[in-house]
Amino acid sequence: MAAMNLNRKKQRVDELAATTGARVEGNVDAGGIKDAEGVSLLASAWRRLRRNPAFLIGAVVVVLFVLVALFAPVLTGHDPSTRYLIGEVSQQNNPVPKARPGFPLGGDPVGRDLYARLVFGARNTLLVAVLATLTGFVGGLILGSLAGAFGGWVDSVVMRVVDIMLSLPSLLLAFSIAALFGRASQWSVILAVGIAQIPIFARLLRGAMMAQRHSDHVLAARSLGVKPGSIVLRHMLPNSLSPVLVQATMVVATSIIDAAALSYIGAGNADDTQPEWGQMLGQAQNLIDSYPHLAVYPAICIIVVALGFTLMGESLREALDPKSRR
Amino acid sequence: MLRYIARRVLQMIGVMFALSLLIFAWLRALPGGPVDALLGERATPERRAALRKVLGLDQPLPVQYLKFLDNAAHGNFGVSSAVQPGTDAMQVFLTRLPATMELTGVAIVLALATGIPLGYLAAKRHGGIFDNLGVLLSLVGVAVPVFFLAFVLKQYFAVDWQLLPLNGRQNPDLNATRVTGFFILDGILTREFDASWDAFLHLILPGVALATIPFAVVFRITRASVLDVLDEDFVRTAEAKGLTRQVIRRRHVLRNALLPVVTTIGLQVGGLLTGAVLTETVFSIAGLGDAMNLAFQQKDFSVLQVLIVMAATTYVVVNLLVDIAYAYIDPRVRTR
Repeated sequence: MAAMNLNRKKQRVDELAATTGARVEGNVDAGGIKDAEGVSLLASAWRRLRRNPAFLIGAVVVVLFVLVALFAPVLTGHDPSTRYLIGEVSQQNNPVPKARPGFPLGGDPVGRDLYARLVFGARNTLLVAVLATLTGFVGGLILGSLAGAFGGWVDSVVMRVVDIMLSLPSLLLAFSIAALFGRASQWSVILAVGIAQIPIFARLLRGAMMAQRHSDHVLAARSLGVKPGSIVLRHMLPNSLSPVLVQATMVVATSIIDAAALSYIGAGNADDTQPEWGQMLGQAQNLIDSYPHLAVYPAICIIVVALGFTLMGESLREALDPKSRR
Repeated sequence: MLRYIARRVLQMIGVMFALSLLIFAWLRALPGGPVDALLGERATPERRAALRKVLGLDQPLPVQYLKFLDNAAHGNFGVSSAVQPGTDAMQVFLTRLPATMELTGVAIVLALATGIPLGYLAAKRHGGIFDNLGVLLSLVGVAVPVFFLAFVLKQYFAVDWQLLPLNGRQNPDLNATRVTGFFILDGILTREFDASWDAFLHLILPGVALATIPFAVVFRITRASVLDVLDEDFVRTAEAKGLTRQVIRRRHVLRNALLPVVTTIGLQVGGLLTGAVLTETVFSIAGLGDAMNLAFQQKDFSVLQVLIVMAATTYVVVNLLVDIAYAYIDPRVRTR
């Protein structure tokens, strides 16, 4: 009797859900998957992700480019900084060597293999973006967990500092930091782009940790006599990481674009023996009218990789968002 | 409400104060510092010492800081060394301000006029082709480097098809009269409507390039927040009461959904300023972004300083206004 009542109740709730939540059924991300009881947030997120075409496309793009970066020397027999075709470059009639066997995309204005530069460019571009993201992530992690864990005056001081950093647009902050380095290098770009991302990470982490300070599991740990440091590191931090990880995925994309912007205004890495797409795009400016391909190839690489990371980050965010777990 | 405003204004003053310290420290930390910037690296020690004295660099840091504050409060940031050599840096800022305001104004209007309706439509047809296409478009919009997009637009619309002007703010042959520095407004004031129209045509390509990122953001925030609101109990109540679709949309859905959009506009101002650096350079518009690019490349620290101080101030003030507007629309915010 009781079971029948329960079933009837369930059915009525389902009917109600069907009338008011028609939209939910059509949700691509929900994909009609019903979360079984006892499935963890991560497991159910993964189940949703596996069927999300946006995530799959993004992941394939990212993995592909990471592979290109790792196996750059296998993909091209040429060195990215050797001027193979310098003999054919002449200022008057042929500033850019044309494509030929062995040089599928031709050369750049100083006779280097454009294809080899693009392939090795994947390596440096991803390296800069990932290290910059890591800089922002670690900086934000330290500031955010300080503020979120202790609250009180520590929180006030740290968050005011973060607010001040936030009061400058991130690219402007990156420009200003870049200006502090006498000669721009790969490291100055990483630091400039990375530090500019610290405030966002810090805010996110602090918000996530603040929400937990008074939650039951933290209270339980505290009443069991777990040390405060251990509570922060082992109970609060792991539970706060998902929004930060999602942000990190997307910051990789913005880092690539910001680094390109730095190159464009002349604050990018000046040393071009280790090519980078943003740098190639910046250097192609002067020749863009007559040789647009010099800019188009690196630009397409930047757009595709940035899109890949963004797609991944967006689908991760939706999958991890408890609101979309319907 | 008054108490809320007072609290936010006090907070803003604190932020500005700390910001001034930061900019002061930044100026001291710049490689070479102002002496090298003005004299070059090969100047004799005597000349360096003399200039240090003139600039007040021989005084203790707190004194220097107070002087810096005093100067900043009077809009005195020194003389431009490279962007417009010999001109007061603040003057450089003021003469270039209208160009950037026109450009960012067009970009904001474009972004709102397309982002809000499209975001609303996408939410209405959630999961459909239009929705997915819109989301994809907004993702691509963020992924394309602004200056590259600017190049592409310029190449096709100005060079190949010659539909729109190539660069600059106005055709110099028009010999338009200048009144305020806002070219469109000037044309209206002097009844030279062809000049206004020409200035407007010049703004289209850079405006579109600059609008892509704010468009993407506005589109996605509108879409997400309409989706949230459509799910709310009060919408169901309104439906149950038998209100017409139109009324529900206008009074219940849109009004509530636009709250987050208002905040986002404030946050976009910063992005627009940096976007302007890139767009203005591509289209040779003599605005603030162009000045920043020049100042950066030629180490004109006076101009750079003005631009950073003014950018940060604008950003802080705009966000204060947004917060106040927000508190006015949504009373719950005030008590937080």
